[in-house]
Amino acid sequence: MSASGHPVSAGGRPRVFIVDDHGLFRSGVRSELADHVQVVGEADDVQPAIAGIAESVPDVVLLDVHLPGGGGQMVVSAVKATLPQVRFLALSASDAPEDVIAVIRAGARGYVTKTISSIDLVDAVRRVAAGDAVFSPLLAGFVLDAFAAFPQADSGRPSFDPELDQLTAREREVLRLIARGYTYKEIARELSISIKTVETHVSSVLRKLQLSTRHQLTRWAAERRLT
Amino acid sequence: MAGWASRGDDGHVEKRTGSPPQWRTAGQQDGGRLPWPADGDVPRPEGWPDQRQLGRHDIGRRVRRLCTGGPPQRGREERLVGGVAAGLAARTGFDVTAVRTVFVVACLVGGFGAAAYVVAWLLMPADGEAGSIGGRALTDRRGIALAAGLSSLLVVVLVIGWAVGAGWISRFAWSLVVTVAGLVLIWRNADPDEQVMMRRLAGPVLGQSVGYRRSRLVWRVPVALLLLIGGLVMLLYQHQHGQPLDLLGSVLLLIAAVVVMLGPWWLRIARDLVMERQARVRAEERADMAARVHDSVLQTLALIQLRAGEPQRVIQLARAQERELRSWLFDGRAPGSLGGQDMTVAAGVRLIQQEVEAQHGVAVEAVTVGDCDLDDNLSALLAAAREATVNAVKWSGADVVSLFAEVEPAQVSVFVRDRGRGFDPGAVPDDRKGLTESVRARMARRGGAATVRSVLGEGTEVSLTMPRVAGERQPSRT
Repeated sequence: MSASGHPVSAGGRPRVFIVDDHGLFRSGVRSELADHVQVVGEADDVQPAIAGIAESVPDVVLLDVHLPGGGGQMVVSAVKATLPQVRFLALSASDAPEDVIAVIRAGARGYVTKTISSIDLVDAVRRVAAGDAVFSPLLAGFVLDAFAAFPQADSGRPSFDPELDQLTAREREVLRLIARGYTYKEIARELSISIKTVETHVSSVLRKLQLSTRHQLTRWAAERRLT
Repeated sequence: MAGWASRGDDGHVEKRTGSPPQWRTAGQQDGGRLPWPADGDVPRPEGWPDQRQLGRHDIGRRVRRLCTGGPPQRGREERLVGGVAAGLAARTGFDVTAVRTVFVVACLVGGFGAAAYVVAWLLMPADGEAGSIGGRALTDRRGIALAAGLSSLLVVVLVIGWAVGAGWISRFAWSLVVTVAGLVLIWRNADPDEQVMMRRLAGPVLGQSVGYRRSRLVWRVPVALLLLIGGLVMLLYQHQHGQPLDLLGSVLLLIAAVVVMLGPWWLRIARDLVMERQARVRAEERADMAARVHDSVLQTLALIQLRAGEPQRVIQLARAQERELRSWLFDGRAPGSLGGQDMTVAAGVRLIQQEVEAQHGVAVEAVTVGDCDLDDNLSALLAAAREATVNAVKWSGADVVSLFAEVEPAQVSVFVRDRGRGFDPGAVPDDRKGLTESVRARMARRGGAATVRSVLGEGTEVSLTMPRVAGERQPSRT
């Protein structure tokens, strides 16, 4: 996601906490983001991360999906209970869908790959800090796939909540463009809507992704583990 | 920028000659199934009727085809003599051999076949030509005079023959006259190309062929004449006395005469035909090879030139290319081909991502939604997607290229997007074939579509869509 003049959270520079088991990656991100964000702490595993976040109360946690002591979602669920205002941006190198979906379902507000450029990463951090959702093309693809275009595919079983279990045509369109590599700005231009509307659509998709009880989602993720 | 191109000046796009497709593609595609049909999917030139459209017994409709769409044209490629049978076969959808057989059989019935053939030869324009030989012959006064003279001479001979007692000769009379007169006109008025061919065909008979061993002709002619005379004498004799055994013997003698006279000539025609076909197959193989070499070796060489300053990278590229070439030459695995039989769209996209990233060192962000098995059309789609991705990586200057594929019930679409320098699609020179040939033509051949959207300074997006074959709906992931 490229810079689009998004409003920055209070204080101008969001306070960021980095959770990643690779020291090299942490120091890399720290130095790359130093000019734009305030790195308030870092951790290399689940327990130190929970403790560190509780202590420093950052705006955004950059969270590696894979941690030695368990998945990144454990950090999210532990912190959510006590500090709901802390927002999570998931990072991963592996792109394994089931991990990504798990961490998003646990409450992360976005997902990007580790290959992301530092400008885009800063932008993503700001966006998450402001309460928006950040979807990488890959995540958009996952979501499109998970909410597959066959809504009746659940062998006749009624959905728990049809509103949550389906994407609107517009949301699908937005996701498709994200998957094609469009920035929010470009999507807005392409669909002749405002950037704010694009953000609303993405946030709404995120909400559905987190709240839908559709068993299709979990089963889909499990299936994908094989590939 | 004029860079979107890659199929450069290797000129691999040879003119594909149109011939009925049955002998051409059959073995080629079934033998080693190539998941990317690089350029094997040659479009059938317009005008060739699709034989599969008609049932085997749909004779009425086939014959009706003769009457529609202008005069049939004589086929240049498949011709044995004048190409009449080949032309009629192509137009009606019958087998060439069947048409030829009809002509030969018709020859036995009063010589009708030969006359009809010659008349058709005169009236049907050659493939790709406007006028027929007959049209040109109308202005050839000397030719007409010669034909008339020869015909009258022939009539005199026939009358004499009839008077001597060989009454059966008269049954062949009119068709013989028409044939001879027609051949004279054709001989004089055919275009140079055809005259060369006729001289080659007639050479052994007239004994004037280039490089032909005259000594053989010297003994062949007397032997044939002896056999002929013997046969005729016996035939005339038995005509008066009517002994069946002699009839058989005389016919055998006549046949022997014809074989001695024309046998070598037939052999040569058969050999020429075989060689011509082999040459065409070779030309096609060469075109296919050029396309593959372009997609692999030439691309790598271009990369090596770009990265001459990075020895490690150059070595890596050279190694990868060497491996690929070896597996192509010695294991028969085509470059860019996907190994297994049960390849899917998602796996193909992943493979493109891996290959392009490994070869070019530019990140490809690949996203697939849905999945289905590859068929020939979808393989072509992926081949085009690969070419578009390689183009984007090579020319856009962007760090990341997005590759998005979505499998929908009715179609599969692929988008290749870069945020690079962009180009003006109208300004790409015609000889740069990467986009036109590898992407657009490949898609069009299979009923798909390709659009390119590019803005200078903002990047390029290539959209490819390919309709899915009906009835292949993949069960959704539930």
